[in-house]
Amino acid sequence: MKKVEAVIKPFKLEDVKDALAEIGIDGMTVSEVKGYGRQKGHSELYRGAEYVVDFLPKIRMEMVVAEEMVEQVTVTIVEAARTGKIGDGKIFVSDIEKIIRIRTGETDEEAI
Amino acid sequence: MSEADFKYIIDTFFALFAMVLIIFMVPGFAMLEAGLVRTKNVSSVLTVNTMIYAVASMFFLLIGYTIAFGSWENSSMSIWAAFLFQMAFVGKTVNIMSGGVSERVKIIPLMIFTVVMAAVIYPLVVNISWGADLLKDTVLDLNMYDLAGSTVIHSTGGWALLAAILIIGPRKGRYKNGNIRVIPASNVPLVVLGAMVLWIGWFGFNGGSVGSISSVENANTVAKTIMNTNTAGLAGAIIAAAIMYMRYRLLDITMILNGALGGLVAITAGPDLYDMYTPILIGAIGGALVVFAVPMFDKLRLDDPVGALSVHLINGIWGTLAVGIFVESVSIVDQLKGIVVVALFAFVSSYAVIFVINKFVKFRAEDDVQVEGLDVNEVGVEAYPEFKRAI
Repeated sequence: MKKVEAVIKPFKLEDVKDALAEIGIDGMTVSEVKGYGRQKGHSELYRGAEYVVDFLPKIRMEMVVAEEMVEQVTVTIVEAARTGKIGDGKIFVSDIEKIIRIRTGETDEEAI
Repeated sequence: MSEADFKYIIDTFFALFAMVLIIFMVPGFAMLEAGLVRTKNVSSVLTVNTMIYAVASMFFLLIGYTIAFGSWENSSMSIWAAFLFQMAFVGKTVNIMSGGVSERVKIIPLMIFTVVMAAVIYPLVVNISWGADLLKDTVLDLNMYDLAGSTVIHSTGGWALLAAILIIGPRKGRYKNGNIRVIPASNVPLVVLGAMVLWIGWFGFNGGSVGSISSVENANTVAKTIMNTNTAGLAGAIIAAAIMYMRYRLLDITMILNGALGGLVAITAGPDLYDMYTPILIGAIGGALVVFAVPMFDKLRLDDPVGALSVHLINGIWGTLAVGIFVESVSIVDQLKGIVVVALFAFVSSYAVIFVINKFVKFRAEDDVQVEGLDVNEVGVEAYPEFKRAI
């Protein structure tokens, strides 16, 4: 089992979610986060003075999938979340040791 | 009912109506300031604004009114209405001042200053300009024309603010290693609400200052005064927007509203004297002054989160001068003399009083209190407890 964690532009959330639903992903957790990468935020003007907004709003979506789904899921996210402009985000894939569904006690693959 | 009785009643009613509009400026200032500061200081700003109304009005009743006007008598309207109308102004001088030191000023020393301002400093300014006139027959006797207080209220509050900023200093972290750190507004809708409420309150502020509406002539003067007041606000907003767009290609709403308020301050000295077009020019210059004054005060390291120096001090001076420039019967020398005398008195007395209070109770909140926010340490009520604190 792998956890796929994607940091994307907030307005792309609906597109990505719909694309993932089409390939059979039933669940995910999303959170509103702030962050920056190599480009370091952007500058804004307030009352005539320029200032840098370091932390830009992003959405982090997390889902755990079976090993054989990882490739398809990441490709789907990249396709749906990509705008080609800076700040499109990143995807992280990591190992998951154990999953337990609280209601039924099912574990691992059955609990995804 | 005789005609005199009728006029007495109408003028009493008019003064009470104007007073209500002016008191409506209390939430106007409160919302404007609450929107321009960071969320962690909002309750503190609101407490300050509320307490200023209570404390300043109370001490004007107990002491200030007598110093300003000498006697509790009035033949043209109920003395209680005349008092209430005058009382409505006193808190404004401190509101103007408190906004510019928000996010770092402690409430209790500010309230002690409010007592002195409402009981003595402001009443003395009123005395020499509108009231009992203790400088009569001296070289300092003022003949300045200042209908509703461009100098008497707005610059007086502005000078007190300048004194306070010099003593209290900028917000922690505002000026770092020679750089200016921008602290953006937390709630722009509140800024708009506050500024528009102030704008509406201004109709009572200036219209009520005509003093009587009970004859055809006075009714016309009141209506023209309110129209000219509004015109200057419109021009201030338009020019501020135009300059912001030309300089930055952006229409900063907080600056546009400050521009409108700058126009309103500028017209306040003589809205009853101008024809219907002059206020366009006066308000436009007022709005332009705000756009240039805000970055200028920043360069001077005078930290003013709401732009009160630019709006009230700069335009209080400009508005008072404008009467001398545009109205033939008013001497520009008299206007200048009024500006200078009030400036010296208001600045020196405010500076002295704040300096002395500061020896006993520090005005400036400690650095760690500023970091945590004044709401937690001064009020105990966070304005937005459910919001995650942003960095």
